[in-house]
Amino acid sequence: MKGFRLDRLPGLAVLSAPLVWAVLFLFIPYLIIFTYSFWLKKYPTFIPAFQFGNYAQIFADPQYYQVLLRTGKIALMVTALSLLLAYPFAYFLVFKVKSSRVRSLLYMAVIAPLWVSYLLRAYIWKTILGSEGVLNSFLVWTGILSAPTDLLLYNQFSMVVTLTYIFIPFMVMPIFTALEKIPRNLVEAAGDLGVTPWGALAKVIWPLSLPGVIAGATFTFCLTFGDFIAPMLVGGPDGVMIANVITSQYGAALNWPLGSALAVVLLIIVLIIIELSDRLQRKDRIGLG
Amino acid sequence: MIQALNNTLFRRLGDGVFVTMIASILAFLYLPVIVLIVFSFNDSSSLTLPLSGFTWKWYQSVFANEDLLRALRNSFYVASLATVLTLVIGVPAAFALDRLNFPGKTLFRRLVLLPLVLPGIITGISMLNLFKLMGFSLSLETVIIGHATALLSVVVTQVFARLQRLSRSYEEAAADLGARPWETFFLVILPNIRSAMIGSALLSFTLSFDEIPVTFFLTGRDNTLPMYIWSTMRRGLTPEINAVGTLIIAASLVLIVLSVSLLKADDER
Repeated sequence: MKGFRLDRLPGLAVLSAPLVWAVLFLFIPYLIIFTYSFWLKKYPTFIPAFQFGNYAQIFADPQYYQVLLRTGKIALMVTALSLLLAYPFAYFLVFKVKSSRVRSLLYMAVIAPLWVSYLLRAYIWKTILGSEGVLNSFLVWTGILSAPTDLLLYNQFSMVVTLTYIFIPFMVMPIFTALEKIPRNLVEAAGDLGVTPWGALAKVIWPLSLPGVIAGATFTFCLTFGDFIAPMLVGGPDGVMIANVITSQYGAALNWPLGSALAVVLLIIVLIIIELSDRLQRKDRIGLG
Repeated sequence: MIQALNNTLFRRLGDGVFVTMIASILAFLYLPVIVLIVFSFNDSSSLTLPLSGFTWKWYQSVFANEDLLRALRNSFYVASLATVLTLVIGVPAAFALDRLNFPGKTLFRRLVLLPLVLPGIITGISMLNLFKLMGFSLSLETVIIGHATALLSVVVTQVFARLQRLSRSYEEAAADLGARPWETFFLVILPNIRSAMIGSALLSFTLSFDEIPVTFFLTGRDNTLPMYIWSTMRRGLTPEINAVGTLIIAASLVLIVLSVSLLKADDER
């Protein structure tokens, strides 16, 4: 029995605007990207064609596949660093903090930066790490360094620090939720059976929190993978990521077909990761009964 | 005895390690923000230590900067209209996903939710392609359509979740009492999902106000605030950006308090 029966006409009225919007501004644009990815660049614009040259170029020209590999590497490093920081934090909040007020306050403290402009959070690190920046001037002022170093900014190190700073809330949220769902008596039972706290962490808490870890890792990885603002601000020549290459194909290089093919590759990678993570989380749930 | 002493010592040590860890993560998150704020009041045009003295002049130059103020007005315009559009399209979409069956529903759901997980650049260039193909010139209005499309998913997920928790018996009662479907929708369902709507509207306003990847591809001559700040900071860093940043953080704080109290109101229901 359906609780709410919409007559045919109101149903259509409710649906029509969202449906038209989804077709016009989502379905058709994705279709256009996909179509363009097979077209040919012909100065000054491009012409319809059906050929795989753009894709072949991405996987044959080191300039492109190396950017893909580098993007993957940076996204992995950001994910790993975020996990390393977020997990102990969430664990401490859920299992060590006794007062629920302190707990929600500390949780909010980690989530709150999400509301502060993304751009600002990237900008802050530019001012801190630059050779004329806060950290350098501090180190020189206190005499730790005799002259400013330019090792801090415009490299993969500054990219990983900045992106971790920006995306770490997305790691903390699902892990915190997963840890909160673990029944306390399971942890207590492990203690009663003589398992050390570290043993309980390894054998009870960690496996049960895996869905949260997977969700957080997926968010962090995908968000980093498609970013092009942070690389422009704090990444140097070896910090160029896939989205930057797409931007330049759509901009100065004026090769929309190649840009579209790169976008399709980016889209497919992200969708595969999301699908895999979905399956892993589902498998985990079933595995635990 | 020694065992017990060992245990307490171990626990103390463990707690100490944890507290240090939490403190350092909070420092990692908040020290940079403090640095940003401090330098917005520092009387020197370079962002270096030691500090040289207190000043309001960066704030004065912000309020005297015509380009920046225009960008701010543009951002308000874009974010307000984009938020209205996400609600007008998103609430019926969530409703249809929850209560209606129609062919192609799965595809529709996937399409609408896709921008939530896809990088903004994909939404940006795909809509740029469309607008160019249709012969539209880029403007703040194309940015509004882009933001609405990208943020539709935010409203749909929040309102959908609220609708799922809403008991159907209200609607049945309304129908039994002779309310027409649209009366039920406006008088029974809408009031019940109000907090989810306001919450998601606040969220999409904030996200639109801060949006760069989509705006980057869809804007014409006019700049939004983040685009303006971005183009300034690519030319060089000035304490004026710190002052704008501090103002943005203050505004964000107000929004956080607002949304938290809204969430609480929802919990008490």
